[in-house]
Amino acid sequence: MSLFFSQLFNGLATGLLLALISTGLTIIYGTLGVINFAHGALFVVGGYAGYTVYSLTDSFILAIAGGSAVALAVGLVMERGLMRQYYSRPPEDQILVTFGISIILVEIVRGLYGGISYSVTPPDWGQGIARIGSLIYPLYRLETLGIAAATLLLLYFVLYRTSLGLIVRAGIEDAQMVNALGINVKRTFLLVFGIGAMAAGFAGVINSPIVALTPDMGFRYLVDSFVVVVIGGVGSFPGAIIGGIIAGEILSLTSMVNPQYSEVMLFVAMALVLVLRPQGLMGQEGRE
Amino acid sequence: MNTTTHQTTAPAVGDTTRTAPASHGAPTRTVLRRQWPEMLVGLGLIAAPFVLPLAGMSPDLLTRILIWGLFGLGFDLLFGYTGLLSFGQAAFYGVGGFVTAYLLTDGVVSNMLVALLIGTVMAAVTGLLIGYLTLRRTGIYFAMSTLAFGEMFYFLENSSFKAYTGGENGIAGVPSPELSLGFIDIQIGSGWPMYWFVAVIFFIGYLIARRIVRSPFGTVLKAIQGNAKRATALGHSIQSYKLTVFIVAAAYGGLAGGLLGLFQSYMPPDAFALDTSAQLVIQTVMGGAGTLLGPLLGATIWLYLYEGLQQVGNLGPYWKLILGIVFVVLVTVFRRGVAGALVDFARRHRSLPAHIDADASTRVASTLDIVAPLASSRPGAPVLEARGVSKHYGGLKANTDIDFTLREGELHGVIGPNGAGKSTFFAMLAGELPTTTGKVFFRGQEITGIGVTAVCQLGMSKSYQINQLFEQLTVRQNMMIPVLARLRGKYRSDLLHRLHSDKLDEQVNAAIAMVDLTSHADIQVSELSYGEKRRLEIGLALATGANVLLFDEPLAGLGPEERVLVIRLLKSIRDGRSMVIVEHDMDAMFELAERITVLYEGCKLAEGAAEDIRHDPDVQAAYLGGMDDESA
Repeated sequence: MSLFFSQLFNGLATGLLLALISTGLTIIYGTLGVINFAHGALFVVGGYAGYTVYSLTDSFILAIAGGSAVALAVGLVMERGLMRQYYSRPPEDQILVTFGISIILVEIVRGLYGGISYSVTPPDWGQGIARIGSLIYPLYRLETLGIAAATLLLLYFVLYRTSLGLIVRAGIEDAQMVNALGINVKRTFLLVFGIGAMAAGFAGVINSPIVALTPDMGFRYLVDSFVVVVIGGVGSFPGAIIGGIIAGEILSLTSMVNPQYSEVMLFVAMALVLVLRPQGLMGQEGRE
Repeated sequence: MNTTTHQTTAPAVGDTTRTAPASHGAPTRTVLRRQWPEMLVGLGLIAAPFVLPLAGMSPDLLTRILIWGLFGLGFDLLFGYTGLLSFGQAAFYGVGGFVTAYLLTDGVVSNMLVALLIGTVMAAVTGLLIGYLTLRRTGIYFAMSTLAFGEMFYFLENSSFKAYTGGENGIAGVPSPELSLGFIDIQIGSGWPMYWFVAVIFFIGYLIARRIVRSPFGTVLKAIQGNAKRATALGHSIQSYKLTVFIVAAAYGGLAGGLLGLFQSYMPPDAFALDTSAQLVIQTVMGGAGTLLGPLLGATIWLYLYEGLQQVGNLGPYWKLILGIVFVVLVTVFRRGVAGALVDFARRHRSLPAHIDADASTRVASTLDIVAPLASSRPGAPVLEARGVSKHYGGLKANTDIDFTLREGELHGVIGPNGAGKSTFFAMLAGELPTTTGKVFFRGQEITGIGVTAVCQLGMSKSYQINQLFEQLTVRQNMMIPVLARLRGKYRSDLLHRLHSDKLDEQVNAAIAMVDLTSHADIQVSELSYGEKRRLEIGLALATGANVLLFDEPLAGLGPEERVLVIRLLKSIRDGRSMVIVEHDMDAMFELAERITVLYEGCKLAEGAAEDIRHDPDVQAAYLGGMDDESA
């Protein structure tokens, strides 16, 4: 029984992290209508940048700030340099160009750090184990759960309780109209793209003490976050969170039964959603 | 028939055969001209072993390029022609490859060709499954879910099916292929013999792909890429077409995967990896999507670049970075790739066809069929009926309890101020929108919400307020789409049939002539003027052969001259057809319509003869202050 609870908990931790990665993807899609195939690469960029800051300063907090900042900067350059001229092009082109950018980013990381993997030790405040009742759990895992939950809450607050959030959500409905009302949509788009990229970088740093860094790891997280948003509904913030938790629990609970099938079950869940509710659990009908 | 300002230079009537390629007994020269890509490819494959080694290409490199090219033929049908960007093609490559390799290695099947065939079929079955799931959504959803399912197969190979696939070791020791022809067995060694073997299969694959592209089926695929919504409305069940082409692409992938195992004597697990799908996408886009040979060209660039850069100083490790940059630049400025740029160049330098005699075109116009009215129907019998139709969106009542009857041979107008619910009502009549309550009947048969495709096949079609055309196709190709739906029904898997038949060409020419676009028949739609596009828009609805037509503001946005043309066109097609027109232009409406229904705030305000409506005090009251005059 305690194994079950431990796995349930594990699933929640994995799930919130997946949710955090997926929110970046879904916010960008919801506002700009672009699916960013470079999202996994930004996750990797954040992770490696965080690693460098961490090894230079020995401060994990600075590492988080540094990793997020670098991902934010890359996101801003990407939007300004290329994505802006892609908003009016067909979705296939947007997918292709972001995919091309992801190759460039990953190869730059490979060039700078080499192909070997780096394992990151958890910060001082994250070492050791925690006891919750009869449950024994790595402390850092517990803390990531808290960090991810807090960040999601913060993002929720920004999106639903601030005027920026109002503009973003209005932009999702009708960007042209928002523009006509005298709001600089271009700048909002830039900001949103930056925030989405930063969320990926942030998650990349948080995740680095749990899974060792390799240049190619981003694709796995990209695929997982695709599954999350397809389950939750692309462009829906609550959908990303619910989808993330569902995905995390599936991975965690099925690995109790047979680890060989845990990843596969994730895709089975996605197939079920596609059959029963193609727009995703929280998705709106008619949005493509 | 109306006459326009088009120059009617005199080339003879016989010139129409140019536009209607005679299908029977065409001179051999024409056949040769139409088959030149096939011959060129065939000659290229024969010449390659003599020429390309001079450029430092080994037989193994050429074979590898051909395997990618074969894989890409299927993918190009899917992406380049139908517009479906799949990131999961590795699944089929892997399934075909591993099934073939397993059968041969374990000695289950000894005949190499049979093993290849089984692998290909298994890949196609996998395609049916994944296609069924992923094609429920389009665009980004499709790209994401195909990518995810592709990854699923990678996991399956590595864990669940490890016992058969060897997990991360793959399947080693695939026996070298042997052709058993009954009386003689030929061992196919590595090097050039393998090249010839793969080249023959590639060539067959290319011939089949070319036939598909030039079949009626392939024409519908292009329509789906151009404007899926209109293709659906013109009577094609696009979901079936998409699924079929997805399966075909999967089969090509499976065959290529099977050949990979034979070629390397080893089936690597990374055939299933995301990198494989990605490489295919990148090669296709670099070489040029929608050209069939683009993927082959892209594979050549990729593999040649890879080998080349390994030898240039210390650039080797960065080859993929360079590739990524090249790819981003190509997508940004050269979206149609290398082959696409060549095709565009050739097209620009092709002379435009001569103009066609207007008299001749009037004569062909009269040959356009319309679906014959049912035997029981007589003038004045109801054809289209709405009974108590309502549409509510939450609290918003767009339409409330509308009764409406269109009688055989009638031209019935629907008017109302902005926001009266005309468009909603129209969409329900056309089968585009389900009703909240109430029913719609077409010749006594209930059609409420059965969908536009079925409605179109029954013989009712709609022309849209905002043009819904296939912008990248010519006027002629546009007109083929509705005519094909009428001649072939909502779906037919005639992948290997010829596109042209006398019947098709005759109907297409007639439809083009009806809307007076004969002189523009071979011009790409994106180059037409707005007024010409408007006539084509109406022409598409006519060409479905429907004898009940719904026109949504046919005069919207037209200048005075074009307006006259379109009104004349509408009058000229009245014979044998029943029509409903929604229009803001009151003068035109009173000129055209016999009966008029007035909608106001979602309800029916008045109905009657045009003259009565004009003097109806309620109608006048409703329009005072409410109506903005949009007649251009």
